This record gives sequence, C-alpha cells and structure tokens, in this order.
Amino acid sequence: MTVTELVSYEDALASYDPVMGLEVHVELGTKTKMFCGCSTELGADPNTQTCPVCLGMPGALPVVNAIGVESAIKIGLALNCEIAEWCRFARKNYFYPDMPKNFQTSQYDEPIAFNGYLDVQLEDGEVFRVEIERAHMEEDTGKSTHVGGATGRIHGAQHSLLDYNRAGIPLIEIVTKPIEGAGERAPEVAKAYVAELRELIKALGVSEARMEMGQMRCDVNLSLRPHGREKFGTRSETKNVNSLRSVERAVRFEVQRHASVLSAGGTIIQETRHFHEEDGSTTSGRIKEEAEDYRYFPEPDLVPVAPSREWVEELRGTLPELPRVRRNRLREQWGVTEHDMQSILNAGAVDLIVATTEAGADSAAARKWWMGELARSANESGTDLAALPITPAQVARVAALVAEGSLNDKLARQVIEGVLAGEGGPDEVVEKRGLKVVSDDSALGAAVDEAIAANAAIADKIRAGKVAAAGALVGAVMKATRGQADAARVRELILERLGVEG
Amino acid sequence: MTDIIKLTAAEIAEKIASGELTAVQVTEAHLARIDAVDEKVHAFLHVDREGALAQAREVDAKRARGEKLGPLAGVPLALKDIFTTKGIPTTVGSKILEGWIPPYDATLTKRLKDADVVILGKTNMDEFAMGSSTENSAYGPTGNPWDLTKIPGGSGGGSSAALAAYQAPLAIGTDTGGSIRQPAAVTGTVGVKPTYGAVSRYGMVAFSSSLDQGGPCARTVLDAALLHEVIAGHDPMDSTSIDAPVPPVVEAARNGSVAGMRVGVVKQFRGEGYQAGVLQRFDESVELLKELGAEIVELDCPSFDLALAAYYLIAPSECSSNLARFDGLRYGLRAGDDGTRSAEDVTALTREAGFGPEVKRRVMLGTYALSSGYYDAYYGSAQKVRTLITRDFEKAFEQVDVIVSPTTPTTAFAIGERADDPMAMYLADLCTIPTNLAGNAAMSLPCGLAPEDNLPVGLQIIAPALKDDRLYKVGAAVEAAFTARWGHHLLEEAPSL
Repeated sequence: MTVTELVSYEDALASYDPVMGLEVHVELGTKTKMFCGCSTELGADPNTQTCPVCLGMPGALPVVNAIGVESAIKIGLALNCEIAEWCRFARKNYFYPDMPKNFQTSQYDEPIAFNGYLDVQLEDGEVFRVEIERAHMEEDTGKSTHVGGATGRIHGAQHSLLDYNRAGIPLIEIVTKPIEGAGERAPEVAKAYVAELRELIKALGVSEARMEMGQMRCDVNLSLRPHGREKFGTRSETKNVNSLRSVERAVRFEVQRHASVLSAGGTIIQETRHFHEEDGSTTSGRIKEEAEDYRYFPEPDLVPVAPSREWVEELRGTLPELPRVRRNRLREQWGVTEHDMQSILNAGAVDLIVATTEAGADSAAARKWWMGELARSANESGTDLAALPITPAQVARVAALVAEGSLNDKLARQVIEGVLAGEGGPDEVVEKRGLKVVSDDSALGAAVDEAIAANAAIADKIRAGKVAAAGALVGAVMKATRGQADAARVRELILERLGVEG
Repeated sequence: MTDIIKLTAAEIAEKIASGELTAVQVTEAHLARIDAVDEKVHAFLHVDREGALAQAREVDAKRARGEKLGPLAGVPLALKDIFTTKGIPTTVGSKILEGWIPPYDATLTKRLKDADVVILGKTNMDEFAMGSSTENSAYGPTGNPWDLTKIPGGSGGGSSAALAAYQAPLAIGTDTGGSIRQPAAVTGTVGVKPTYGAVSRYGMVAFSSSLDQGGPCARTVLDAALLHEVIAGHDPMDSTSIDAPVPPVVEAARNGSVAGMRVGVVKQFRGEGYQAGVLQRFDESVELLKELGAEIVELDCPSFDLALAAYYLIAPSECSSNLARFDGLRYGLRAGDDGTRSAEDVTALTREAGFGPEVKRRVMLGTYALSSGYYDAYYGSAQKVRTLITRDFEKAFEQVDVIVSPTTPTTAFAIGERADDPMAMYLADLCTIPTNLAGNAAMSLPCGLAPEDNLPVGLQIIAPALKDDRLYKVGAAVEAAFTARWGHHLLEEAPSL
C-alpha cells in the first residue's frame, strides 16, 4: 500500500474511532547506570563507560541505583499513580547483540508505579485525561550501528558496531491505558500527552528529556474500531517516534493507513512499524503474529524494592508544582489567552518570563521582550530562546529603563541588540552608544500634551492621517519652549502621542 | 615434604607464623605434590605456579618485615574454576569459556588474596556446576583419590579430590544442589554450604542465582571454619549478600559439643535408593550423637519428597537465562564466524560447539519451564514447593537445633556408571537439595567407610539460616569423637597414590 492510496483523515474518522496506547521511555539523568557505577555521560568514546556488570561478564552482578528508584517514584507520584509497597525486577529474555546479558533487567507484573493519570491541555484549553497503566524501571540496551546495508538496519548489513556505553542507563517506561474517545483529536492528544509528560519530567528534574538526544522515546500503538463497537481492533506499534511533531504525524498516518486497509476489506496485521521523518509515513517492521515469548521471571540477583510509606510521602512533599497547573496559574496572573500561553510554551519562554518578572520587570514587559524582539532574534539565529546571550536580569533592566522613561521602545531595542552583540550589559550599551533620551524629554512631553490639548481640532486631523498638519503643533511647542526644543524630536513625540506612524 | 602436605591449614599457618616453615616451602611442597599426582587425579584445570610462589614470597616478606599475618597467611588453596581470577583463565569447566582471561577478580578471590591465602590454581568441575560427578567437565573427568576409577563427586570434584590427594589443605567449592557437600562426602573430606548470602557471589559464574552459594572445603572442621571466616561477610557488589556479622564459626569449631542439643532425624531422608552401608554409618553417627549428650528427635518433613522435582525446574529455569550471555560475541569461544554468517547463526554454532550435553539439556528444560503457558505449571509450582520446604524446615527448627542425615544416598559410584542416566545422577543430590531451596546452612563431614565398598560416607548436618556456627560446633564434636574412635583421620585409610 502506498501513500497515495490512503483514505483522507476526515473519511477515516467518519467511519472509525481511533484507540491509542502510548509507551514512552525516559532515560533518567542519574550520574551512574541503573545497576553499576559506570558514568551515564553522553558523547564519550564507544565502550569507555563500561564495566563487568554492564558488559554482562560471567560472574558479574547488578546492584540497584537508589537514585533511579527515587526518580521512578517521583514520576509515579507526579502521574497520580499508586506506588508499590513491594515490587521486584524481572528478567525479560530475548536475544539481541546490543544487550550484553541477552536479557533485559526490567519489571513485569510488579511495576513500581501503577494506576495513574495525566491531564493534558489541548490548544483550545480543553483538558483531556490520559489514564496511566504503569511506570516501571528498566535498563537501556547498548547501541548497534549496522554497516554496509541499504537500510541501516541489521538485515543486510555487512557488519555491526556495538557501543555498550548506553547499556544499563536507567530507563523509566511509562505506559498509558488505551486512550479512547479522542476521536479526530487523537493526533493532538498524543502530541499533547508526550509534550506534557516531557514538561513534567523536566520539572521533576529527573531527566532533561531531550527527544532529539534519545533521552525520551515514544512508541505509538494504534487501532481503529468502527463507531459504536466496543471491541478494539488489531493494533500496530510504531516504534521510536522521537519528536512531538512526529508523534502527531505517526498517529495521523496510522489512522489513515488502518482505515484504508479496513475499508478495502483487509485486516490489520499486528506488527511493529518504523516511522519515517521525511514523509511522515510508517513501514512494516517485524511481524508480531506469534507474540514473542520473553519468558519473564523475577530477577534472582536483586532483592525486592520495598519503598517505605514514609519515604514515599517525603518524596511527595518534594514534588514541584505540575507544569499544567503552573501554566494555568501564570496564564491567569499574566492575563493572557490560552493561545498566547501556548505560544509562550512553544517558544520555551515560560521560565525566562518568570525569571524576568522575578528580577523586577512586570509580566507584560517581560512577555513583550521575550516573545517579540528576542524571539525574533532567536528565530533568525536558529537558537533556543534560552541560549541567547542575554539574561532575564538584563531584560528586566531594559524594562526598568523604559519604565522610568530613560529609554523608549526604539532605544530599548537598540540596547537589546547591543547586549546580544556582546557589547556588555544594558547600562554599558546605553553609555557606549549614547542612547539615553534627552533629559528634558519629560519637559517636552508636557509642552506637547499642552499643545495637543489646546489644538484639539488639529490633533484630530493628525489622528485621522493628515500627518502634515503636525507642523502647526510643532510650532506651538517651539513657541511654548521658546525655541529651545529639538524640533525633530518634538515632531516624533507628537506623532507618538497621537498614535500615528511618522 | 610428605609431612608438609599432610599438615592441616591451621598447623601450616601456625608454623609459618612461628617461622618453622616458610610460605614458599609450603607452596613448593604442594606444587610438587600436584606434579607428582595430578596426572592421575586431574583435580586441576590450571596450576598458577608463578602466581602462587609470588604470593608465598610476599607472605614471607611480610613476616620478615614484622607485619601481622592473617590466620591463614601462606596456606595454599585450590580454587574452583567458577570464580573469576584476574589474569588467570576461568573456564567453569566449559569449552565456551576456553581461553577467556577475566578482567576482574571475584569478591571471594579478592578476599583470599587479601588474607594472603596462596591460590595454587583452578580446579576441575562439572560444566557450569551442573552435575554430581565432574564427568560433565569439558576437560575430562577427575578421579577419586580413594579409587581413581570412581567419581570424586560433583560439581566440585576437582576441589574435593585436591584435598583428598593432599594437593592442597584448603579448597573452595560452590553448592547449588550439593556440589560442595556431595564431593566432600564421597572423598572423606569436609565441605560447608553456608547460609545463602553468606559468601558473595560477585565474580562467581552463575548457574542458578537463587541457589548458588560458595563455601569452604577442607580436611578438618576447624580448617573449614578458618576459611569460612575469610570468605564470608557482606559485599555491596552482591545485592543478595547478607548484611550481618559472620557467625562465630571458628570459635564454634574450637569448642565442639553437642551436649544438651536437640538433633533432628528426618523420616524422608532414608528409604529406597539408600545404600545399606551408608545407612549403617549414619545410624552409628546418630548413636554417637546420643552418647555425646544430644537428644534425638524424629521429624516429618513431607515436602522434602518434592524437593528434587522443584529443583530441576528452578535451577534449569534460572540457568537458561544466566547462560544466555554466552553468545560468542564478547568473550570466550566463537565458532563459525567466517564473515558470511549472521550474528544469530554464529551464536547458534558457538553454543552448539561450546556447551556440553548436560548444559544443553538444562537450558532446554529451563526455557520450556519458563515459556508462557507453562510458567505457572512449572516454575510457579516449583516456587510454591520451595515455600513449603522452607516452612517444613522452619517447623523442624522449632523442635531441634540441627538436623542430621546421610549427605548422599550412596558412596562414590564408578566413572561412567551413571553418565548416560541423568535421573540416576540427579538422585545423588536427594539429601542436599532441600537446604539449597530453603537457603539455610549445611555441612558434610566423614563418618566412616561403607563396609561393602570401603569408600567414605558423609554425615550431613543442617542448621537454620544464619546459624552456620552450629554446624561447626556439632561437626567438631563428631569429628573429635570419630577421630578418637578410629585413632586417626579417616583419610589416613585412603590408599596412597
């Protein structure tokens, strides 16, 4: 089946209800691996962060990383899960060259956290509750690089290179219950869920959750059922969908593909599928007809994990405000719309704006600069807002200079430009570039206001667009100030007050 | 020279400490003994002559510097080839690890070195510790010094034979279903399976993780206790290691007594399949205990009858997972890698060439037992039996301080006799397996020769978990009484090699 044969998304939704299941793997940001003392630092030379334990050498034994367990519990609590009083690790037995022991130490029927939910907010503000089945602890595999094949996959490769630096890095797998009732918004719900989860993980401080670095990976399970039917259809599992946009696209594509197959009288095969960034399509991976038998059994080399209730409550007490709650609080404080808040979130500006207000700026000014001048600058240079060479404190200083009248917006923009160019802090830039507004600007302002008040008819003409009429007001001000004012500046001030572009 | 090799570990340590002997003299004497007899016995897979002598020289140098020496400093030891030794081959009796040089020392190896125990080399064993005769070694069988045509027990037959042949006064074994105690029984030596978790498993190549336990082997109860004290203790590298002080085993061994103790005799540990001479010596041992002041209590532990069946589900299940790592990709043997074959094919060929038949049998049994649809019936049921056995022991130990039984139903059988009959082979562990399943401690020590074949019979003493010292207290009393009765150590009756 090729892409051109797909039924449209709308047609698909007209006949079928999508049911989704999302499995997200998060690499924890612990200093050491889940079962040994090796570093988890990214970017080291291959196989330099290994030891007998994570290489699965004969005789080596695992020891549980307590920080890993703590992180898992925090995630579980933040997802409104119950935390197991007693649970075990289990061995998931399967063969793959990048898994040194040929079993993955994971959890099976006794996850550390279970039965929770995460409320996610869609762009229009609607809140959708995603039920969480479980969150469990496991270890990552090594990394295979297949050389010489056409696809970069193991099949057809001439040889494979194995890097075990990643083997044993702690992972938390978070599995949703079947997500029903999202209807046509299924792709949006999936994306919003992964986005919300990512924010949550970051807020908890347990991982940087950078999807582009593979620190957070998503598998998308999807099936369709005709409207009105309760029984789920056969699902496909699209593996390693690794950006928010891809999650949305993968769901959308699979909805269309399933619908195409089902509408043509075909049957969906239970299989894993690969997602393609280039065109947003998926292709068949490994067929799961005979469900793989992982022969799970409790890991005899580890003792059960039994977090005391006191510890769990202590951890609950350390949880930060949940991202959605915080966003809503800020949105209300700032008095912005859902849509604007979403833009702020998408721009990665929430924390920067908060920091700027904490440095003394009012939130409107903070928002204006971060979402205006600075967002533009970040966009042009292709960097993250947070990576710009300007601090929230510096932005707050610029806002303060504007508020006290030392700068107008035009000058303030130049100051920011100077700071970004590395010319120093706002005050230094003002000094070096001589950007300070003339000191009697406030006196000029009073004269301008008087002239406008005394010549209401002329002012109205100017407001209506007759900019040339400004000359009469300039004359009045020059007269009132006994000719000592800068006429050009006066003209600017008049037009500014009347809200007209010179 | 003969004198040195007949000394106990305690005596050797004392003579080195006093300067009567040097560690180098002691090591050389044992190396010479190995040279003289190991061609016949084949207890060793690898003799580390240079390493042993270097260690011995270091002990002598320490003494010369006036440094304090540990209680076993300079005493030679034979190490079962299942513990990793940095820079020294470790094969686990398998072709699949032929040529592998471990990059790290097992915790036990490290403890021995830290205690200045001289490691002579690595001893033969059934492949991956699966067997009761050492015939499953990929490197050929080991002979029983009492009769070289007989098995020395297994899986630790190399260690027991090395002791009985005076190639070393101390040895290390591992006991998953009886692999320390059964070899001790059939060679007239002493072997102890400590409480599960007493001796670190870090660096001990896993067979069945929840059952495996390293322990001391020696010719006397006191020597075993001295070694026990060196190797036991908490290890943060092994999550199942016990975080508690080591029981006072040496003190117990020096103060053997059963006076006032309640000793249990379990109904299930006799009956069909037990050799008459074994039962005769066992009954005499019970009489002896009575004479020494113990009260004998008859016990019924019905679940023990299920122990063998449960064991042969749990141990293979765990081994099927533990041995999955031997795939020819990272270490050890790699077969058939001619540049055209896939990783999976090379792994299959490596395992075909590298694993022996018993290992393959157990991996297949375990894979089957863990399969979905069979898990509950097999692995799940076996775990329930395990719980029942633990409860039977708990009930028993409410009534008695220790339990005694024959260690093994028969004396040493002939090499080849049971090689083609796995069930017959498995029966050798009938009396030892319940202890592994429950995780408590047990010892085997000599209680005489069976009249019908003049081969050693072992008496098993079983203690509750964490009460390992009771084994030594009772063992030392029995040993002293028997030695007094016989006028010598039982091994004195072994033919000279």
